[in-house]
Amino acid sequence: MDDLQAVAVPETGVLLEMYRRMLRIRRFDERAVDRHGKGEIPGPMHTSIGQEATAVGACLAVNEDDYMTGTHRSHGHPIAKGVGLDALMAELMGKGSGVCGGKGGSMHLADFSVGSLGESGIVASAMPVAVGAALSAQIRGSGQVVICFFGDGAVNEGAFHESLNLAAVWHLPVIFVCENNGYGITTPVDAASAVPVVADRAAAYAMPGVRLDGQDVLAVYGSVREAAERARRGEGPSLIEAMTYRFREHSEMGSNFSFGPYRSDEEIAEWLERDPLVLFRTAVLEAGLIPAVELDEIETEVDAEAAAAVKFARRSDFPPPEQAYVGLYLDERREPASLELDYA
Amino acid sequence: MPELTYRQAITAAMAEELRRDERVFVMGEDARADLWATSGLYAEFGDRIRDTPLSELGFTGAAIGAAMTGLRPIVDLQIAQLVYNAFEQIANQAAKSRYMYNGQVSVPIVIRAAMGYGGSSAAHHSDRPYPMLMNLPGIKIICPTTPADVKGMIKSAVRDPDPVIVFEDNNLMLQKGEVGGPEDVVPIGVGKLCRIGEDVTIVAIAGAVPRALEAADRLADEGISADVIDPRTLVPLDRDMILDSVRKTGRLVVADPANRTCGAAAEISAIVAEEAFAALRAPIRRVTAPDMVVPFSPALEAGFYPDADKIVAAAHSVVGGHDAEVFAGAH
Repeated sequence: MDDLQAVAVPETGVLLEMYRRMLRIRRFDERAVDRHGKGEIPGPMHTSIGQEATAVGACLAVNEDDYMTGTHRSHGHPIAKGVGLDALMAELMGKGSGVCGGKGGSMHLADFSVGSLGESGIVASAMPVAVGAALSAQIRGSGQVVICFFGDGAVNEGAFHESLNLAAVWHLPVIFVCENNGYGITTPVDAASAVPVVADRAAAYAMPGVRLDGQDVLAVYGSVREAAERARRGEGPSLIEAMTYRFREHSEMGSNFSFGPYRSDEEIAEWLERDPLVLFRTAVLEAGLIPAVELDEIETEVDAEAAAAVKFARRSDFPPPEQAYVGLYLDERREPASLELDYA
Repeated sequence: MPELTYRQAITAAMAEELRRDERVFVMGEDARADLWATSGLYAEFGDRIRDTPLSELGFTGAAIGAAMTGLRPIVDLQIAQLVYNAFEQIANQAAKSRYMYNGQVSVPIVIRAAMGYGGSSAAHHSDRPYPMLMNLPGIKIICPTTPADVKGMIKSAVRDPDPVIVFEDNNLMLQKGEVGGPEDVVPIGVGKLCRIGEDVTIVAIAGAVPRALEAADRLADEGISADVIDPRTLVPLDRDMILDSVRKTGRLVVADPANRTCGAAAEISAIVAEEAFAALRAPIRRVTAPDMVVPFSPALEAGFYPDADKIVAAAHSVVGGHDAEVFAGAH
């Protein structure tokens, strides 16, 4: 992002929205970490801190009615697609006002109203679903495209291969966006993948593949826009590999927990220097595209939004326990009744 | 009423639903070929019949994604063992999404899986995998046994808002029978009382149904009368029909061509033991396949599945010979 004059810069409104959504993800996750540490958010939780630019660059490059599938590290994806913070934070806390009524949690934060078709606790599990949404768009002639997010770990699952091949052989409008943060939990990419450059794998599926800087929101935005246009023209899927880094551990396991010394201090320090929010702010200020005061205003607003989301979530009620036993089928009369035995 | 074979009835069900609802499409390996139950569909429906690569996980998941976004896919898995390849998508995406996303989405997908056992298809092509799927809340499982039922129930499955897996039995494919018309559907979740009796309830599943009816004929010759129930749907099971029958007869034999452990027969037995224990006049008997790998040689496979002899023997063991009253007195 060193030379903004060299790339096609989107209009100011888009730039402001990029900053707002990246900040939303950052502030949301910072507060989620805080509440998780205080025991208010139960269960496993994986933050998007450090990876904001990829999610936001990709989602802002498509329309609100386009589809998206996520991963286990997916707080950022619905936020990037435009979901408000309140119902997401409530979901993390398992509250009835959560986006999934407390039934999904951190790894399943779907909001179908903005085309978010779900997130998956099983790596690569959402990839075939993304292909299916694209097939549906193609059959219906709707002109929609699908962003399929996945990590570097997913590329060694069979679902990755089957999904890319299906999408390519049927010319489906999918943009496969690999968030390559270098590690599958603790296993480095080059120990897991015989072809460690994910973009190179595109050749196996006769689709374009590009590796880019995932900390550069404008690079991601530009590349996904191009892929989306190609997809809408009926020319099929693309594979974009965004190089990024998670600034925290794989998951939140208590403040002092470490997964071990699998990442060197030097490496971590180098990546922390490449904070996508700082890079963006610096670049747009240096290019004179947006006055600092406008960015500061956004920061104030987003801080307040994130604080309000925590307040909303904390004040919300837990769902009544009987909610656990409904909602499996649309027609509840057909629900298996094995829990309804009366032993009295 | 037209008369069709079981296989023709499957084809007719798909054709009628394809005509009725433009959201319906069929996908599977060799779906366009004149092979098995999709024969002839491509000629009428063209692109709505989609050949797939050999990617059962991928295309089953793709069907799920298409179902989530407004379409009504019918997936033809060709052979039931391919359920294993597709299992992750069935278990994590099809079965869980409505609940996990709190009703934001429906997954109206139909997965057809034909079971070919008893014909030397050998270990990889002879499984009856429905018991494993019965342990997945969120999907419905049907196993119709007549041309009328398979046609009417596949039509119900296509119209159902939730995922339905159809286990078709290849041993029934050439059986002929009258079927309903384009508007006739057979509901999911409703069992069928195939024969009415007093002395014993025989619940039979899939290919065991004709064997149970044969057994009931033989038992009748001996003066033992049997209720024969075809549940037709395994999830959700028509518990009331089975319990009502056992409360009347006091005896239960379950005949199931699938494996024994944690199977459909085990579940039906447990339900009856929990809810109708007081009505039971004898132990429950299961007639199932053994918990074994299916062998190739006809000499080895011949004895694996429920047949009329085994069902009659099981009935004898609970009725106590020909005189039910003697057995009851000894109880």
